[in-house]
Formats: sequence, C-alpha cells, structure tokens
Amino acid sequence: MQKQQKELLKVTELKQYFPIKGGILGKTINYVKAVDGISFTIYEGETLSIVGESGCGKSTTGRAILRLDEPTSGKVEFKGEDLLSYSKKKMNQERKNMQIIFQDPYASINPRQTVRQILNEALEIQNVVPKKERNQRVIELLETVGLGEHQLDRYPHEFSGGQRQRIGIARALSVNPELIVADEAVSALDVSIQAQVINLLKKLQREFQLTYLFISHDLGVVRHISDRIIVMYLGKIVEIADKKSLFKNPKHPYTKALLSAIPSTDVEKEKQRIILGGDVPSPINPPSGCRFHTRCPFATELCKTEEPKLRRMDMMKEGHQAACHFIETVEANEKQPIL
Amino acid sequence: MSDPVQMMNKSNSVIKPSNPKTKKWIDIFDKLRKNKSAMVGAALIIFLLLVAIFGPFFSPYSPNTQDMLNKLQPPSSDHWFGTDNFGRDIFSRIIHGTWITLFVGFSSVALGATVGTLLGIISGYYGGRLDSIIMRCMDVLLAFPGILLALAIVSILGGSLVNVIIAIAISSIPIFARITRGSTLSVKKLEYIDAMKALGASDRRIIFKHIFPNITSPIIVQATLYIATAVLSASGLSFLGLGAQPPTPEWGAMLSDGRNFLYNAPHVAFFPGIAIVVAVLAFNMFGDGLRDAFDPKSKE
Repeated sequence: MQKQQKELLKVTELKQYFPIKGGILGKTINYVKAVDGISFTIYEGETLSIVGESGCGKSTTGRAILRLDEPTSGKVEFKGEDLLSYSKKKMNQERKNMQIIFQDPYASINPRQTVRQILNEALEIQNVVPKKERNQRVIELLETVGLGEHQLDRYPHEFSGGQRQRIGIARALSVNPELIVADEAVSALDVSIQAQVINLLKKLQREFQLTYLFISHDLGVVRHISDRIIVMYLGKIVEIADKKSLFKNPKHPYTKALLSAIPSTDVEKEKQRIILGGDVPSPINPPSGCRFHTRCPFATELCKTEEPKLRRMDMMKEGHQAACHFIETVEANEKQPIL
Repeated sequence: MSDPVQMMNKSNSVIKPSNPKTKKWIDIFDKLRKNKSAMVGAALIIFLLLVAIFGPFFSPYSPNTQDMLNKLQPPSSDHWFGTDNFGRDIFSRIIHGTWITLFVGFSSVALGATVGTLLGIISGYYGGRLDSIIMRCMDVLLAFPGILLALAIVSILGGSLVNVIIAIAISSIPIFARITRGSTLSVKKLEYIDAMKALGASDRRIIFKHIFPNITSPIIVQATLYIATAVLSASGLSFLGLGAQPPTPEWGAMLSDGRNFLYNAPHVAFFPGIAIVVAVLAFNMFGDGLRDAFDPKSKE
C-alpha cells in the first residue's frame, strides 16, 4: 500500500551530536549522541509517530528535520530536495512548507502579542497572503481551530491551555504547510482537552491534506492518531511498523516491554508486564553493539558486539522492520529470557 | 465546540480585553505605591527635575556673578546658602547645577545602557565565539573599578563635561551587557522563539520584537540605580578637576572649591555635598523600590 504513496520527507542516516564543552579553553571533550544515524520516510497525507522514553531523541529528530538545531550529518529530503544543503535564506523561504506545534502551550506563544498580532506576523513573514486579505485570513484561521473572532484582540494569558494550543496550531497552519511536526503537542494538556485537540488535528488533516510527524511518549494517543509508528531507543530506531502490526505483533523486545506498560481496562485478561531493569544508559557513551543489550532479557554475546540492522522477516507485514538479532527465535519461544 | 472555558469566554465577551502591558504596569505601580522609600525617592526625583527645569528662572542671583565684597558670607536672608570665595550665591549655583547633574546622569546611562543592551543581546542570542569575544572584553572593562576606569578615560580624552559623560557611559556598558545577556539566554530558550524560527523570521525580528520586549524589566531597574552611580562619578571627576571646568556650577566642582575653606566657611562645601547626597539617595531609593516591584516573587 505504501509503495503507491508519494514520499514527502525522506530522512537518511540523520545524526545529531551535541558537543560537551569543558576545561578552561572550552574544548569539546565529548558528544551527546542524541540521534545516531536514523533513516525513515514520511509519505504524503499520513501520520507517522515517534515514540520512546524521554531522552531517546524523539524531539531532537523533529527539531533536526526543521533545522531548529543544525544536524551533525545526514540527509533530510523534502520532496526530493535536501533541506540541509539549503542556505539559511533559502531555508527560511522553504519553512512555509513545514511547521511545528510545541508541547508547552504556556511557553510557545509570545505573552506580549495578541492573537491577531501573532497570526498576522506569521502571515507577514512568509507573505503567503496579500496584505489586504490578511485580516480576513486571520479570522478564518481562528475559526478553523475552533476559536472565535471576538477573541482576536486577547492576549495569551486570557486563554486556557487548550485554547493556547489551538492558537499554536493556527499559527502553524497560517502559512499553508504540508508537513506539521507535532512535538508532544498534547502531552501538557488535560485528558479531556487532549481528545479535543487530537480530534481537531485529525479534522485539519482531512481538510488540508496535512502530513504529521507526531512525537509523543503517550502510547494511547499515538494509537489513536497514527498510521505508522517508529519506536526509538537511545538515538536509534528499534522498530518501525504500521499501527496494527506494532500493537498486535511487536517484534523487538523493547517494543514488547513498552507496550506491556499500557494499562488495560480488561480485568479478566491476565497481563504479563515486562519490567526492564536499570535505567536508560547515557547517550554520551552508549553501549556497544545493540544499545538495548544492557537491559534486554534475551541479550547474548553477539548483542554486545554487533549492532543489529533494521530488517523484515517473512512472517512480518510489508513495511514492518525491527532491529534485533533474534526476532525469529524470540518469536518461536526458543529463546528464554535470561533472568 | 463544547469546551466549557470557551463557552464561558463567549458569554463574557462584552468585557473589554485587558492589555497585559498596562496590567503589568498597574501592578508595578501598585507595589511601588506601597513602598514608602520608593515614593520618597520618586518625590525627590520629581522635585529635582522641577528644579532643573524651572529653577533657573527663579534663582535670586546669576550663578557666575562675582561680588568680591561679600565673599565667603555665611547663610543669611540675602544669601540662603551663603556665598563662596568669589562672592557668588551658592543657592543660585546649586539650582543651576541641578540641570547639569541630571543631564550627566541621564545621558551617560542612556548611552551606556543602549550600547550595553545591544552588545548583551547579540552576545546572548548568537552565543559561541562572538559571545566569548564580547564578554571577555566586558570582563576587561569590569576588572577596573568604575571610577578608576572613568578617570583613565577622561585623562585620555581631556577634562570636559561631554568627556565625563562618555567615560561614565563606557564604564557602565559591561553592567548592562551582562544583565541583558543573562535575560536573553533565558528568553531565547522559550518555545515561542523556536516557533518564530520555524516560521522563518529573521534574527533581527526575533531579537527586537520577541526577545527585547520580554527582558526590559531588569534593564530599567539597573538604569535607574546606575543614574545614582553616574551622578556620584561625575561629581567625583569634577571634584578632581577632570569634569566640569570653572566657572560651571557643577556640584562636584563646587565641593572641591569649598574644600579650601572648610575651617572658616564650611557652608561652601556643605550645601553642594548635601545636594549630591539627595540626588544619589533619590535614585537609589527609587531604583531599589523598582527592583522589588518588578520582582514577581515579592508579594507587596
């Protein structure tokens, strides 16, 4: 199915290392390897989610794609053109095609601007609408996200968190983007407001044929909104699959552990929760071989030395890939957890 | 939409939306009003301003008219603050000097704050090597005591009131640069700055429209407090003969003149000294109050 879809964004071997400076001369002594060589593709009109624990590089990936932080290396191709090769000026012009919605609705809008000023400025920067029509467009935008004209001249502090998030969404929409990166866009909201905002995002996707890169740690939300899901661990992709396969049939031991953490409402069903020991290792000196081997119940010597590549087995659905040496044996229950 | 908050807002839409800027200033004013010493400071500043503007029209004598027959007269009904060694009326000279003192204070701080804020905001926003270069230069300036640095600059440029202003402005630059840089660093990490970057806003737009309006409070407080320091420094430099040249009725220079007659005519030094103390105290008291008022953590 995905083969017929058009590629919108293609990320190849993206790396984002943050230098750690130290000493009197401020020399770089080490790097935080926040994102360490990941590749994936986003197809037009789909919602691709990235999930993982905090610190696994989800947000960094989103920011690197938009060049809010300059990536260390790799390729980010938007409709076949490498964004990383653009000059700053050219990139700023291209930014109207891709926007971002942030996590914290209290920090993501300037407290000193009214809604009208916020949206007008966005239109002014990218000059998508002629000056005369800007006012009309601002009102349309507000109505699109479920706010009213009477709220145009209010300041952010007069709005609730959910409403502020709607303003942030309106700002992102204002320049007619094709891709929207939603960086934990609903994580800071109440559950009831979360549902409203997610439904709004879905509505907008249908209306404007948007493509979402949805970054979240909330598996319930991800399950509701995604078409495909990427699971990240310590700067690497460990599994990538369509939503159904991932939730029904996870292959990587980490994904299994992650999914087992979702609370269930079914009391009858016996749940086997996989508890992972220890903490996420430091991304400064990530473990050799498979990064998950320090916490994996199935790890062997091989895992410590050789890094597994993302691969697909015959039994897995098209497009479903996992990075584990022992997909088959774990699946067949031939391999028992080492406890 | 069934968002209850939104429905509530709709029903309340008759209420005129309040502007956070005016609201913020009203809050600050309320806090200031409750602070007695700040209000005393403010009253003194207003008094000084009135004297500076209207005083010269009402002064009983011309500040530079000499009257050798009446030199070194103690305070009397003719000469309220007495006369100096050339028989000039000290009261009139102090009134005429108010304008000079305030002008030096305001203009040197305006100059220093502008340059310092600009350097600090650039340093904080761009970071990296540029930041290191600017801030190391500021460290060098900061390593000298303020008055010593001003002294050195005036000795190079030559003694005059304009050079005093330049010297004091230069010595105040690092203070403003540091404060601005710190505030810039904290504001530039906020997500709305990233949102502007994602929209493709230029650095200039981000700096002047989105960072600067959000970091003004500490700069205003520092500027008010630094006016006091500037007045003191200017008087100090004039006292040493490097500032205003005679016969300019500058308070520091008058104090310096009076030094020679401390035994037989102490009033010659006393009244300019009091004037300096009042001006410095006024700006310090008001600046302290302003700092408390701007601090969101202070309740009253």
